[in-house]
Order: sequence, then structure tokens, then C-alpha cells
Amino acid sequence: MNKFYKNILGGKAGIIGLAILAVLLLVVLPSSLQIFRLNLVGKYLTYAFVSVGLVLLWGNAGVLSLGQGIFFGLGGYCMAMFLKLEASDPITTKIQSTPGIPDFMDWNQLTALPAIWVPFKSLPFSLFAVVAVPALLAFILGSAMFKRRVGGVYFSVITQAFALILSLGIDGNQGLTGGRNGITDLRTLWGWDIRSESAQYVLYFVCCLLLIGCILVGRFVVSSRMGRLLLAMKDREDRVLFSGYDVASFKVFVYCLSAAMCGIGGALFVLQVGFISPSLVGIVPSIEMVIFAAVGGKMSLLGAVYGTLAVNTGKSLFSENFPQLWLFLMGGLFIAVVMFFPNGLAGLWESARARLSRLSPRSGAAKKIIPMPAMPQASNLVETEPKLP
Amino acid sequence: MSSSTNFLLAIEDLTVSFDGFKAVDSLSLYVDRNELRVIIGPNGAGKTTVLDLICGKTKATSGSIKFKDTEMVGMPEYQIVRTGIGRKFQTPSIYENLTVFENLELSYPTGRSVWGCLGFRRSEEVIERIHAVADSVFLKELLEVEGAFLSHGQKQWLEIGMLLMQDPELLMLDEPVAGMSPAEREQTALLLNRISADRSILIIEHDMEFVQRIAHKVTVLHLGKILAEGSMADIQHNERVQEVYLGH
Repeated sequence: MNKFYKNILGGKAGIIGLAILAVLLLVVLPSSLQIFRLNLVGKYLTYAFVSVGLVLLWGNAGVLSLGQGIFFGLGGYCMAMFLKLEASDPITTKIQSTPGIPDFMDWNQLTALPAIWVPFKSLPFSLFAVVAVPALLAFILGSAMFKRRVGGVYFSVITQAFALILSLGIDGNQGLTGGRNGITDLRTLWGWDIRSESAQYVLYFVCCLLLIGCILVGRFVVSSRMGRLLLAMKDREDRVLFSGYDVASFKVFVYCLSAAMCGIGGALFVLQVGFISPSLVGIVPSIEMVIFAAVGGKMSLLGAVYGTLAVNTGKSLFSENFPQLWLFLMGGLFIAVVMFFPNGLAGLWESARARLSRLSPRSGAAKKIIPMPAMPQASNLVETEPKLP
Repeated sequence: MSSSTNFLLAIEDLTVSFDGFKAVDSLSLYVDRNELRVIIGPNGAGKTTVLDLICGKTKATSGSIKFKDTEMVGMPEYQIVRTGIGRKFQTPSIYENLTVFENLELSYPTGRSVWGCLGFRRSEEVIERIHAVADSVFLKELLEVEGAFLSHGQKQWLEIGMLLMQDPELLMLDEPVAGMSPAEREQTALLLNRISADRSILIIEHDMEFVQRIAHKVTVLHLGKILAEGSMADIQHNERVQEVYLGH
């Protein structure tokens, strides 16, 4: 219990940070925003799952993936396939030449449901797939690359290429995936109308709670021996390898974990927004997601959430008024963050807090400085020769 | 001289070639249990490459490296470490962002798998061992200091300590006293003599005075081949060695 308090909740400071976020998401925003705006926040929060995953993968493990959209999209498609099948019952689709299959399949002259779609008739399987399919793909990609020591820029570029491949693949297989339009016109989840106002409230709260769950999982990883090992790997990978660790397997694990989080985010996106398309899978969204994490602070799990909310809110406000300028502003923002605030919002918060504590009268106890003891002399070592373990 | 065929480390006919250049050329080297062996040789003789080959960092072109009668060539690096070979790098490789305690803790040889790492607990046993090792490498007082704030010599000791945490049967050190003050060298010599009591140590070193203090036996490498092998006194009187190395 004590360990749970100290490591997972992060002690007093960690609990306060988490409590502030929880109150903001669960109380302040729902009570002050109209459902249309709240639903937008819910959509942004689905990207925050990706940012939290990136804090683990990029910030802690030092592996920058520019293809997280792959996993977001896969999670989304797994969810959308179930919803689409439920929306395509034979009665609703009786005007099609083949009733009972999704409309876009009918338009593409398919006459039977493709085998890959069949398991998605089951909700438990679909929910499992939301997490498992992204994690499995990450395992395959990660094992292939990390075991061969592909890292750094090469890894980033390859993940980007995969994002492009997947978005083109979805785009090009219209009969199977709905093509460029994606999977649209999603209505109910086991008969529950997800487009209704009450459902949007419920889904918003589910999204917030799952996000907080992911943050707690992230904190558990970071505070375990694994967290220290990841920092060590970033610093001296060779030393870790020659201390008997299979470095690749740790990278694969974090990659899979971040992919699973992306998948959950993607599924919640589909539930709240009501569609998925290849435009959410490719290179541009994948890079945007990295910017969210960078703005929040790539080492801070909570910062990732604020960064995502801040950038997306800015995007909404700005693109409503100056649609042409937004992309330039976004690029400028990323450059500014990298150059001037490498620790993002979380870094600004930390330095503001440090300044406050220096101003406060109790500042004497703020930071304990560890005294450096003098070097022992060789002469007195001979007498007090320490025992070896 | 040697205890029959029961060597801890037996390197036979080891060759590695980089684009045709043979950095190590049909080398054979045998290290006994509890032996402290020093490898010397001019720059480019292939000393560091030999250590790289043993620990798997460089893949051998041909030949065999047997440790406790098990072939090491082709084994992944982390497996080689787990069979009992520890390696210290030439520039001190420690984790600058972690404290001395955490540096040592990460080197503790349990919980080295993904799941083991997540479930690892800082037990009494681990803490005791960290304290004992820190004590032996003169860092007892600095456990809570971050690696980045250690002096160069202290970093060297910390890395040796990290290896001791693993309790390896063969310890390989690449220039362990480089950049150390005379007092620190003195302490390191004591340390090495002490830890060689129950393990074998393979050291690369340039400082002849230091070599003389610690070596049981010296191997001289030149152009990837063994030029001479024997006690320090033998080596110093060997004419060929004087020619290529000591005379300079």
C-alpha cells in the first residue's frame, strides 16, 4: 500500500498533480462547457493517450516513433469495424444488393463479408483487438528493428514509412476498409445510441478515466526498476547491454505498451467522433502527436495531457479564424519548444514552482544539498581495508 | 605455470578482420582461475579488440573463445555477461543521471528480464550488497550522489563496483587507472589485488609501474599477435619487446 502511494501515485506532489488534472477533466470542464465543446475535448483527450505513450517511448526510452498514428488508427479501425457491423443489420441495409454487409462493401460489389471482418461481430473480441492488434504489430515491428540494433533516426524514418504504407493500404482497399472515406455512419454499441447527448457524456467520462488509468500504468513503469533502466539505456546503452540486459526486449516492451495506449485512444476517438479514416493514420497526424507530447514535456505524463489539450484548443481557435496560418503556427510552435523549452509545459511549471519556493520564507528547507566528503587517503585505507562482499 | 587443461578462459586461433585488415590474427590466449593477467602493447596492437571479441561486442571472423568450457563466439552479449564475464570500458561508462546507489542497483544480477524488472523489489539483501560493494570501491559516502558529479577516478571505481555487483568470474578492465591521481592508483592497485583473490582479471594497461605492481603474468600484443608472454621480469628483458614497445 505504501509502495502504491509512493511509486504509482507519486507521493504527495504526484497525487496533487493527478488530483488537479482529475478535477479539471471530471468536474470543471463538464460543468462549464456545452456538450459540443466537451465532445471536442473528449476527442483531444483521445490523442492524449498517444502523447502519454510517447512520453514513455520517446521521453523515457529515448526512442522517437513518428508512426504512432498506425496504432491509433488500428485501435480505431478495430472499434469501427464492430460498430459498422452492428449498424449494417439486414433490415437497415435491405435496399443493398447484398443486405447485411457494410454499405461501402456493397458499393464495391462485394457479396459476402470478408473473413477478417467476421470476428468483429463480437464486442469482447473487438475490445480485445483494440489493445492486442496494435500491441502485436508493435511487437513484430519492434522485434524486427530493435533486435537488429536499428535505432535513432533510422527507427523514426522507418516508423514514418510504415505510417505511410498503412494509410495508403487502407486508402487503396476500398472494399475492405472503406477507402479514403473511412468507416462512417456508426450508430450504436450493443443497441446503445452513441450519438445521443447522454452517451457522449458517458463516453467522455469513460475516456477520462481510462486516460488516468494509462497515466497510472505509466507511473508504475517509470517508478519501477524499469524506469531507471530506461534512463540508463538512454545514457549508456552499451553499459546496460554489458550488464546482462537484453536491451532490445525492453525497447520492444515500451513500444508495445505505447502502441496499446494508442489503440485505446483510437477506439475512444471512434466512439466519440463517430468515424475513422486513413487521414488519422498517416504521417501528418503521427507527427502532430509528437508535437503534442513535446509541447507538454516529453518526460512528463501529466504534461502530455496538458500539451495535447493546449495544442488542440489552439488549433481549433486558430483554424476557425485563420485556417491558412495554422500549419505555419504549428511548425513554429514545435521549433520554439525544441529550441527554448526542451521540457515543454512541464518544464515551465517546474521552473515556476522552483522560483516560488525560493521566494517563500521556508525556502531554507527547499533543497537539501548533499555534502561531498573528502577523498579517503591511500594511507588510511591500508589499515581499514574494507571487506569484499 | 598453468593448471592443466582446466583454464577459465581459452582463446584459440582467434582472428578478426576489418575489410581485410587483421586487427587480431590467430591469437591464442589462456587465462587461469584467480589469475590477474595484464595485456600490454603499443597503440593499435589489438588489445581493446581482444576484449571486444571476448564480450561479444565485436564478432570474430574465425576461431574460438571458450569460457568455462562453453563456446562464447556467436552468443548474444547479454548471455555472455550472464555466464560470468564482466567488462569495463576504457572511458568510464556509468549512468550520469542516476545516483551511485542506483548505478549499483541496476547492476545487481536479478530482475534482468522485462517482467523481472517490473517486479523488482529493493530487498534487504540488495541494499546490503550495494553497501558492501560501495564500501569496497571507496564510494560508501557518495551513495546518494548522481554519477555526473563524481570525479574521473571515482567514475572508474564506480564502474568497477558495478561489475563487482554482478560477481563475475572473469573481470575485464580496459585501462582502469587512466586519468587517476597517484593516490587513486595506489588504492586501485590494492582493490585489484584484493578482488583477484577469488576471480580472474584481464587488464589492459599502459602504465608500466602499475602493471608491475599488479600483474601475475603479462601478455604483449603487437599487430594482433602475441609477441611475448611471461612474468613482468621476463617481459622487461625480452629483446623483441624492448624493440617494439618498451624502448619507445
